[in-house]
Amino acid sequence: MAEPVISIRGLRKSYGETEAVRGIDLEVMPGEVFAFLGPNGAGKTTTVEILEGYRRRSGGEVSVLGEDPEHGGREWRERIGIVLQSCRLDPYLTVRESLELYAGYFRSPRPTDEVISLVGLEGKAEERASRLSGGQQRRLDVGMALVGDPELLFLDEPTTGFDPSARRQAWDVIAGLRDLGKTVFLTTHYMDEAQRLADRVTIIARGEIVARGTPEDLGDRESQPATIRYRANGREVSLRTATPVQALHELTGRALERGEDLEGLEVTRPTLEDIYLELTSSSSESGEAEAAEPVEAAE
Amino acid sequence: MNGLALVGHQFRYDQKAFWRNPASVFFTVMFPVLLLLIFATIFGSQTVDVRGGIKTTTYYVPAIITLSVISATMQSLAMSLVIAREDGRLKRSRGTPMPPWVFIAGRVGNSIVVALIMLALLAAIGRVLYGVPIPWGRLPEIVVVLVVGAAAFSCLGIALTAAIPSQDAAAPIVNALLLPLYFLSGVFIPDDQLPSGVIHFADAFPIRHFFEAFFDAYVPANGAAAAISWGNLAIVAVWGVVGLLLAVRFFRWTPRSG
Repeated sequence: MAEPVISIRGLRKSYGETEAVRGIDLEVMPGEVFAFLGPNGAGKTTTVEILEGYRRRSGGEVSVLGEDPEHGGREWRERIGIVLQSCRLDPYLTVRESLELYAGYFRSPRPTDEVISLVGLEGKAEERASRLSGGQQRRLDVGMALVGDPELLFLDEPTTGFDPSARRQAWDVIAGLRDLGKTVFLTTHYMDEAQRLADRVTIIARGEIVARGTPEDLGDRESQPATIRYRANGREVSLRTATPVQALHELTGRALERGEDLEGLEVTRPTLEDIYLELTSSSSESGEAEAAEPVEAAE
Repeated sequence: MNGLALVGHQFRYDQKAFWRNPASVFFTVMFPVLLLLIFATIFGSQTVDVRGGIKTTTYYVPAIITLSVISATMQSLAMSLVIAREDGRLKRSRGTPMPPWVFIAGRVGNSIVVALIMLALLAAIGRVLYGVPIPWGRLPEIVVVLVVGAAAFSCLGIALTAAIPSQDAAAPIVNALLLPLYFLSGVFIPDDQLPSGVIHFADAFPIRHFFEAFFDAYVPANGAAAAISWGNLAIVAVWGVVGLLLAVRFFRWTPRSG
């Protein structure tokens, strides 16, 4: 079996009293798109910045492309590409100039025109960065990380703040990276983004890993409890049950006996987003009505 | 690319970005020209009581060149590096194989070249509009003084970024340091009108020493005085080394805010 590109054992990071990352393990294999999913403040960016060599860890073992990122030198940096969570471009350089500037930093860069078409900026090559839309700027940002033709690419929340069409375009770019055989470490707080792009997803919350698997495994909706909603006397009622057939039978039976209507009756399975929210919300702050199990909570 | 070729590469793109940036062109290039025109217009007919009496314009040409060198180096670097740092651009370039010193060398090279361009521009304006002679015979001395000063003030500008917390704070902090010293060091107000106490105070800072060194190189003294005022230049260089040490210790590549 191939060696993992990234391997983490018992990684810890504290800022003073606060523990941002509390002992996580994970492995990323060559050629896979790995999504590291979690809400803001979960420890995603701390972890990815340790992998990129920007931050020192407090404990644990980390290997990226066979080296400890804290000691990764020039050779190591030749092999990785980094897209930071928030980073502006030089507003006075054109798309082509920005890419050529970065190409000069690497020993064997990918041809500039190839990078421009990889990130879908044909026709914008001679445009200054300040004249690009937010989505185009982000794609140029990705292009600058690709220009060195890295084996491993880090993408930290690449679509945060995008409108739907810009997100779709960014997704196409990232999906194209898989076809190039790149290993991609993607952090995101969007479940649908992870599901759409990743081979494997690991969910982090409060500095700990709370779930891992393929997007299909994590999104196994059939095994999740169903929610029954309706209105009675102008009040919203929401029930959560593992046995919706039986619950519905009782509910509708009672309603018929009393001659009442169940306005807006619906039965839903949780969406991926719901599953994700439940995994990542701490028990004290799960404000959703359906969190109060068992059945008949809101009566 | 080897290190030096990479510095040249970085420098080329820094030059493009510099000349396309309206703020850097105005404050670094246009503003000193404007100052020279204003001072020459207002005080042009007077004389300054240094070197046994010289024309005011003969005084202001080297004075404003001094200002433009500090502006192209310390001021320009402190502002543009803080902006790039807070934008995340420094952090991104740190994530590439480019060695950090290459990036800094490219930026400093850019500043020194702009300072040399300002020397040529202001000297030409002084010659054409006000008849201030260009001391061609002393060109080597002038360039030595200018380059030492430009390098020293570049180091000070890079060191200063560590004390600037945000993009918004850059201009106020830089101007609060430089503007009073321009007045107190004889750059805006000729020496003969400054109380000696003020000049002693200004002597505690590098601007006054750089101005004196540059003035001595630019304006021939009566008799056979040395063209380079080594004492003043040495003090400027020491300031530069202190700036360099502070920069190496405290310069940061990652944003401080956000």
